[in-house]
Formats: sequence, C-alpha cells, structure tokens
Amino acid sequence: MEGFLHELWIARWALGQGLLLTIAISAASILFGTILGLLVGVALAYGSWPLRWLMRVYVDAVRGTPVLVLIFACFYLLAFAGINFTAVESGLFALTIFCGAHMGEIIRGALQSIPPAQIDAGRAIGLTFHRILIYVLLPQAFRQILPVWINTGAELVKSSSLLAIIGTAELLFRTQEIVGRNFMTLEFYGLCGALYFLVNFCIERLGKAAGRRFALQ
Amino acid sequence: MAYSFNFGVIQANLDKFLLGLATGLALALAAILVGVLIGLVCAFAATAKPRLPRLLVAGYVSAIRNTPILVIVLFVYFALPQLGIRMGKYESFTLSLAVYAGAYLTEVFRAGLAGVPRGVVDAGRAIGLTGYQVALHVVMPIMFRNSLPAMGTTFISLFKDTSIAAVIAVPELTYQARKLNTETFRVAEAWTTASALYIATCLLIAAGLRQLERRFPKF
Repeated sequence: MEGFLHELWIARWALGQGLLLTIAISAASILFGTILGLLVGVALAYGSWPLRWLMRVYVDAVRGTPVLVLIFACFYLLAFAGINFTAVESGLFALTIFCGAHMGEIIRGALQSIPPAQIDAGRAIGLTFHRILIYVLLPQAFRQILPVWINTGAELVKSSSLLAIIGTAELLFRTQEIVGRNFMTLEFYGLCGALYFLVNFCIERLGKAAGRRFALQ
Repeated sequence: MAYSFNFGVIQANLDKFLLGLATGLALALAAILVGVLIGLVCAFAATAKPRLPRLLVAGYVSAIRNTPILVIVLFVYFALPQLGIRMGKYESFTLSLAVYAGAYLTEVFRAGLAGVPRGVVDAGRAIGLTGYQVALHVVMPIMFRNSLPAMGTTFISLFKDTSIAAVIAVPELTYQARKLNTETFRVAEAWTTASALYIATCLLIAAGLRQLERRFPKF
C-alpha cells in the first residue's frame, strides 16, 4: 500500500494531465459532434432526397463500424490523404464523426416526433422554414433529446479511452505508461477505471437532474 | 493524388479477414450467452425483496456501465494475473465482454420483467403453479419476447466491441486489418475492407433479428 501511494505521488501530474485531456477531448468531440449531428438530423428529417440518402449512408456506415476501426481509419487515412494531424487531432476527428452520426439519428427522431401540423401552423402565420425550425421545432427537439444527449456524453468519455491505442496521451495512455514503469497493474488499472467511473457517474447524475428539470412528459 | 488502388492484397488475405470476422462473431456469441445468464440472475435479484442483492446489482451495473470496455479488458488481462487468476487471451477477453454484456442485459431484462402483466402471474398462481413454475413457464417467455429487440441491439454492439480484442492480440478482423496496414501499406484498402465487412455483418444481423421478431409475435 505504501509502495502504491509512493508511486501514485510520483505519477500525480501524469494522471492529472491524462484526466484533463480525456475530459477536454470528450467535451470538444461532443460539441463538434452535436453541431454536425444537428445539420445531419435536419437534413435527414427535412432534406431533399439525394441529401437524405447521402446522410443515411453516412449515419448507417458509422453506426455499423466499431469506434476502434473508425479511429484507426481516421488516423491512417488522414495521413495517407496528406493531412498531417497529430494523434489528438485525428482522434478528435474520429470521435466527432462518430458523435455526429449518433446525434444525427437522435435529432432526426426528435424532430419527426413533433406533430407535422405545427409546421403547417407556422406556415399559416407566415414564417419561413428557417424560422419554423429555429423558433418552433428545435426548442422542442432539444428538450426531448437532453437525457439522451447527456448519455452520449458519457459514451464519448468511454470511447475516448480507445484513443490511447493511437498514442493520444489521455488517461488510459498515461496509466499504461505508469504501469510500464512500475508494473503495478492491479492498482493503476483499478485507479484508471475508478477515475473513468467518477467522471461518468457525475455526468449521469447531472443527466438525471437535468432530466427532472427540463424533460418533456 | 497518385495512388492506385490495389485490392489484390486484400484478395490474397481474404481468408484471414473472414476468419477474423468469424472469430469476432464467435467471441460476441460466447459473451452474450454468458452475459444472458448473468443478466437473468441479476435482473431477478434486482426485483427481490431483500435490500442486499438489489444494492449489489445496482453497484455492479453502475460500475460496469460507467467504465470503458477497454479498461475492463486490460484490467482482466493484465491485472487479474497479479491476484493469481491467469487466463489465455481468448478466455480473458470473453470474460471481460461477458461481464460487460451482463450489466447491459440486466437493464434489458429488468425492463422486460416490468413489461410482464401482473394478471398472467396471478393466473399462473390460480391454476396451481408454484412460484418457481410461474417464473420459468409464464414470466420468462414473455420477458424474453419483450427483451428481444434490446437484446438484438446489445448483440450488435457487442459484436462491434470485439474489435477491441485486437489490443490484446486476438487475431480478429481489426487485428488483421491493422496487420495488413503495417505490412503492406495498403492503408485505404485495409480499412475500407474491414469497415465494409463490419457494416455488412451488422446489417445482416439486424435483418436476421427483424425476421426473428416477426416470427415470434408480441405477447
């Protein structure tokens, strides 16, 4: 135990930095992914058929591929296409693509569950489609997707651990480095799992609180 | 871009890719079988009267659902030997995935149990079945039917999670793609083929599950 505390003290900055990078990557990917998902969701629900078809292919392709394969594909293919991203950037890119597809499907579902009569009503009082989207449809959709959105956040924190494999210095990668030095696999993998648990548990609590506050019945 | 696609490399290694795909499917199947057992026990324990089993199940589900699968896999493979529990990489990965699946299936079955109408349980008791018989012959068939769509989704997501076995050198599809990638530098071919195989398999499984749902109409 004393040995572990000693090693933990040595590793404190590495672990802290790893945890921060995990949180930063997750937050950034959910932000970009949600923006992408919003565009995809609106296109899926109201786009012209070629656009809808294109988005359907994107969403289904990403949802049918394991995140790890997506991460590898982005990591190698981007470099191959002449785009020199760092491991962090290509990881962020992969998670954004992943999050965008899932959010797109969620937002499409939420938009289509709103009674279409509301669009007619908006038209009748002379709103353009953009205004109907901004003032009528999206506010309702957002309240509906809030619990799922927060769930996706927890999902992304978990998925971000896969970026360790392409060499992003996030929490799991740092843990692997520490374990490589002191061979305390049990203690440090356990601690790593506990830290992920803590982050996700907070997100889950936050989600429940937000659900009670904002959710539509 | 001066790159000419050459799928000949893929063709030459197609048997390895397909074997990898089959390995992934086998791992997912083994994990869901064990996971269903864990899920069943935990779902019934979660609806039990005493507090302790309910607390234990809640702790298990919450701990597993909030931890990345990769951390669980590495923990089981690298940390458990420190406690004297040694396993091969296949057993180790199957165990990790089964424990992971068990937590999700507990939730699935709990929802399935909640959907069993109270009336059929009372009817079972009324015709003289014991509590055990009611659970086995009345509650469980309805619960399984209720849970079928969610179980299917869980299976597909487990199949995708078998890609993580590549990290501990289990030769499944992702491992083979990565190997081909580094050995031949056929980057685009390796990853498009691997993705296409994963997507096609997921679509096939989904179609098969839809057939299964149609075959057993909802109670």
